[in-house]
Parts: sequence; C-alpha cells; structure tokens
Amino acid sequence: MMGEIIPRIPLAAWIDAFLNWLTGAIAGVTRAIAALMRVGIGRLEDGLLWPPEWVIVILIGLLGWKFGGRKVALGSALGMVFIWNLGLWEPTMSTIALVVLATLIAMLLGLPIGILGGLYETVYQILRPILDFMQTMPAFVYLIPAIPFFGLGAVSALFSTVIFSIPPVIRLTSLGIRQIDRELIEASDAFGSTTMQKLIKVQIPLAKPTIMAGVNQTIMLALSMVVIAAMIGAGGLGGEVWRAIQRLRPGQGFEAGLAVVVVAMILDRITQKIGAAGKAA
Amino acid sequence: MEATIPSTGESAQVAAEPEQAKVKISIQNVYKIFGKTPEKARELLEQGMDKDEILDATGQVVGVADASFDVHEGETVVVMGLSGSGKSTLLRCVNRLIEPTFGKIYIDDQDITELSVDELRALRREKFGMVFQSFALFPHKTVAENAAYGLEIQGVDRDTRYQKAEEALALVGLKGWGSYYPENLSGGMKQRVGLARALAVEPDVLLMDEAFSALDPLIRTDMQDELLSLETQVQKTILFITHDLDEALKMGDRIVLMKDGGIEQIGTAEEILTQPATEYVAKFVANVDVTKVLTAEDVMKKPQPVAFAKDGPRTALRKMQEAGLSGIFVVKQSNWELLGHVTAERAVEAAKKADKWLDEITSRDECATVPPDEPVRNIFPLVAENNNPVAVMDEEHRLRGIVVRGSVLAALAEREGGDTQ
Repeated sequence: MMGEIIPRIPLAAWIDAFLNWLTGAIAGVTRAIAALMRVGIGRLEDGLLWPPEWVIVILIGLLGWKFGGRKVALGSALGMVFIWNLGLWEPTMSTIALVVLATLIAMLLGLPIGILGGLYETVYQILRPILDFMQTMPAFVYLIPAIPFFGLGAVSALFSTVIFSIPPVIRLTSLGIRQIDRELIEASDAFGSTTMQKLIKVQIPLAKPTIMAGVNQTIMLALSMVVIAAMIGAGGLGGEVWRAIQRLRPGQGFEAGLAVVVVAMILDRITQKIGAAGKAA
Repeated sequence: MEATIPSTGESAQVAAEPEQAKVKISIQNVYKIFGKTPEKARELLEQGMDKDEILDATGQVVGVADASFDVHEGETVVVMGLSGSGKSTLLRCVNRLIEPTFGKIYIDDQDITELSVDELRALRREKFGMVFQSFALFPHKTVAENAAYGLEIQGVDRDTRYQKAEEALALVGLKGWGSYYPENLSGGMKQRVGLARALAVEPDVLLMDEAFSALDPLIRTDMQDELLSLETQVQKTILFITHDLDEALKMGDRIVLMKDGGIEQIGTAEEILTQPATEYVAKFVANVDVTKVLTAEDVMKKPQPVAFAKDGPRTALRKMQEAGLSGIFVVKQSNWELLGHVTAERAVEAAKKADKWLDEITSRDECATVPPDEPVRNIFPLVAENNNPVAVMDEEHRLRGIVVRGSVLAALAEREGGDTQ
C-alpha cells in the first residue's frame, strides 16, 4: 500500500553506499590499526597463557581477596579451577583478554565523554539519543560493518564490543556527576576552585560509586558481546559455543556456556566490590 | 549602564546607618531576574507590578528586585525573609555564585560584577568564607580535609593547611575530630565543620546561608551564641541569611527584611520592632517575643536614690524613707562602682549600734546583677525570686540602673502599644 503512494526509502542502499565510501576512504587506516591491535591482542593472550594455570588461578584469587574479601577470593579461584578442569583454559584466556581490552578502550573513551556530558548540558542532550540508539540496536548488526574495516577475527570483535559496551560507562559517568548535590558544587565554587580542581577534588570522587557501577555494566556487556562476536571469528569461549551449535552438541555448548557464566560472576563480583570500596573511602 | 535606577516606591528604607567603620560590601540597585528579557521585567517592576503579576505577564521569575544596602566592616547584617523572598539569591549575587542581572556590588570599593573569571576566583579565595544550610561538607573527605579545602585549592602546602584547619576546628570546639568523616558527626558538629572550613581561609567576609536553619532548636541556640562569641574574637564582616525572625533579631547588628525580592526595611532590631516601615513588617514582627529582644538597658530605671560608701546608716535610712524604699544600693561616689545593697532592717540595726559606716552591713551577695545587654527574658526569674531590685552593672562594675518588677512590665506594655499577645 505504502509503496504505491510514496516510494520506499532506500535506507539500506544509502547505508551500504555510505559504508562503502567510508571503507574506501579509511580502510587503509583501519586495516593498519587492525594489524597493530591484532598484535596487541595476541600479546595479551600469550601473556595470559604463558604462566602455568595455577599462577593465574592464584592471581585471580588474590584480586578477589583484595577487592571482595575471602568469599569472593575462594569462589573466583574455585571457578577458575573448574574451567581448567573442563579443558577450556585456552578459550577462556582469549575471552578474558578481549573483555579486558574492550573494557579498557571503552573506559578510555567513555570516561572523558561521560565527564563532558556530566559537565555540559548540551553535550548530554546530544549524547542521550546516540546512547539510546547504540544500546537498542541489536548487537549483531555491529558485526557486519566491522568486517570491511578490520577484517574477520578478534579486532572486528573488539571494535563491535567497544561500541556495544560503551553506553553504560558514558551514561553513568554523566549521571554520577549530574547527581551531585548542588550545594557541594556551590561550596567548591565559593572557595574559588578552578574547573579542574572542582572536577578532580569533588565531582569525580563523589561520582565514583556511580561511575564504577557503569564500568561494571560495561564489563558485563563486553563479555556478552565477545561471546556473540564468535560469529565473526573472535574465537574464545564464544567460539566453543558456536562450534557446539554447528555440530549440534548440547553438552559441549553447555560446558562452554557455564565457563562464560563463571567468568561473568568473577568479573562482576570483583568490579562491583571496587565500586563499593570507592563508596566507603 | 544607567547612572541611576529609580527605586521601587514601596521599599521604604529607614536611613539608620550610623557613621562607623568603612563600607565593606555595598549592594547597589541589584536585580536578579530569571528569564530571557529581564529589561522588560524590570520595567514592569518600576511600574509597580509585583512578582506574581510579572510571572503571569512575562513568564520570568523575579529573584531580587532593586536591593541596595551597605555592610560595614565588622558588622553583622542579617537578611531575613520567608522562602521565595530572594534572600538566598541575593547572598549568592555577592560572590557571584548567581550572576546579578542588573546593579553593582562593591567589595572594598571593587566592583565585583565587572570581574573576569580569574579575578572572581581570586576574590572568592581571598575574601569570602561561605557556610551552607545543609552543611555541604564533602562526604569523601575527613573533617580536617574538609576544613582545609579552601587552603588546599589555594595551593597552600600540606603542613600549613592542616595546621590552620586544626586551629579553625579548635576555634569551633572540634579539636581532635579531624580524622573523622562527616557521616560520623551530628548535625550541629557538621555545621561547626562548615564554619571551620569557612574560617580556615581567614576571610574578610562570612556568607552564611541559613546556616543554622537545619539544626535542632537547642543546638541552633548554642551555635548562635557561639557565633556571637566568635565574632568578638575574629571580627568578621558577616552577611547572614535566615527565615527566622528571632534569629535575625538576635544575630544582626542590622536587619534587612525582604519580601518578594524587594527590601521592605533596613534597621536595627529595635527599629524594626518599634518603627515598622510597612504593614508587612508590622505584621511580621507582631508575634515577636519582645522579651528576647529588649535588654536590661532598655527597661532599667535610674537608680535613684543611692547611698554612697561614705554615708552613715542614718543617711541611708533617710534616703530610703524619702523614696519609700525597703533597701538601697550602695556605690562609690567617685565612679558609681557598685558596692552592694543594704536593707532598711539592717540599716536600723546599725543605726541602733551607732555604727558610723555602711561598709559592714553592705552585702554583695543578696543583690542580683546583670550586664546591660542581658535579654529581659532572663531577668524575669531574677526579679521574681528577689525581693530587691536587680542591679544593671557594666563591665567596669559601675551601677548603670536598676530593674524592678514593675519596670519590666511597664516597658513591655509600652512596646506592645496595646497589642494583645
């Protein structure tokens, strides 16, 4: 019906044309970045795989102990031993490497953007629809354009993971800064703080619990996206799940899925406690 | 940039600024209008429209309308009004936390409305300490770090700023609390930290925004007394905002009474109470407990007659008989230093024993004394439980006057002017 009166908007064609043009224009650069990052990801994976498994188990246990206490330490260590026992150590390390890198990049980009959004109303108003768009767009869609820019594999996975997981850290950083009691900002101003002093001595410390909640969510989203990114050859635990689907092996699929759950719980508990520790200090 | 801005007709300001210390803060025809076309709102204000009418007509909110007054060095001026009267907005105009829309504000003859961002920051660091209604302590900093905040952002080195913070904390009675976090403190203690933070930077001017309004009544009274006593120690110029008339009357050397952004009256507590400039002020002060405001000085009578130290008992008795008194105050004739009180009975005994001097029968114990600035409220019980009048004695122990039961009531009746309370 619609098509008879108003011609169909060729949105898909436009987007393809735009992406084609963009690929042509910057693919050289993105491929170079991809090559560089592939080395980085490889190094990190190698680094995680180089020490004997029990060293990593103990290290993760210690991290859990530092930020979460004895219970988290014990749970984390046991979880890692469980994964080791399932024989999923290698894909787990490659998944963790991707999640860590994606989270670092997301924070590196997201924190400053979030701070700007927290400080300036205009920035916040511009950010909001973009963030809504990024979060509601089905995650798979990001995978498609990533390939022409970065090629199949871990770098494309990283790229789409960063895009998918960055909204919470931006949103909650902005929110954390905007939520600060007006009188506290006035107090800071009244004593003659510079914008930078106010930000570093008052706004960021006070927003820290909210910012850390955002970081925690970003890590969780990154993990879920890294698993999905197995479809474009990211490997890791997602790759194991993907293989199990293709060969119709539910047992294998569940094993790999359980390993993802264990990694998720460890990352969640540890980063949540970092946020709570920030609150107490 | 207009030379003069005509004042709104309704603000009748009592010109009661005694020639004293130099002007520290001068607020001149300050307006704060929240909206896009403030000129229009000002025009309407000048035509006599009020705040609500302007909101209806233009959608703009009048925060402050043509406020002008000076604060002298060392003076405490209380700006008082109900919520929405513009008092907090006006206070924030003084350090430009809120930008005044029109008008000039001078601090030490410097027009602060013209300052650049950097100059303004320097001014805030140098001249102002601010205390907030809900304390505004930084919850992530310890009490000492809070008190040292102003010095920290000035770049004062660590040792010096903690030493000064510790001194400021000691000044407000919080010695030894430096390592606690604000959440461990009671409301009163929190506001002491707020006060210490403001005092630590050694500001010329203290801006106090409803500083005690969030405190329990008893603690509030304590804090008021403490600020009054601090004032004598540190000699600050204070601009104090409150919605509580009792607090205004107690704290203020002068009071600026605001309504709907405009100033209704400026004057001392006495002037506001006894000569209200507008009906609004009169209504406002109608329910004031005058016994808190009037002092011994206001209600005392001349101590006539008195006996002098060199008088004999018979002279004293004769003076009592002539005035129909049952007792008499004894003073040194040279300087009216109060020596004590003699009752008629004891004078008769002494006369019988033929004592020559009054000294031996003069008693300091049985005469109650109060300083001239003692509120009448506190004199009531003394007058009630003493048969003898209460002596009003100044710092040099001189007898300034006496307060008898009748004089308190008479003074009150006179002030009330037939108003029932």
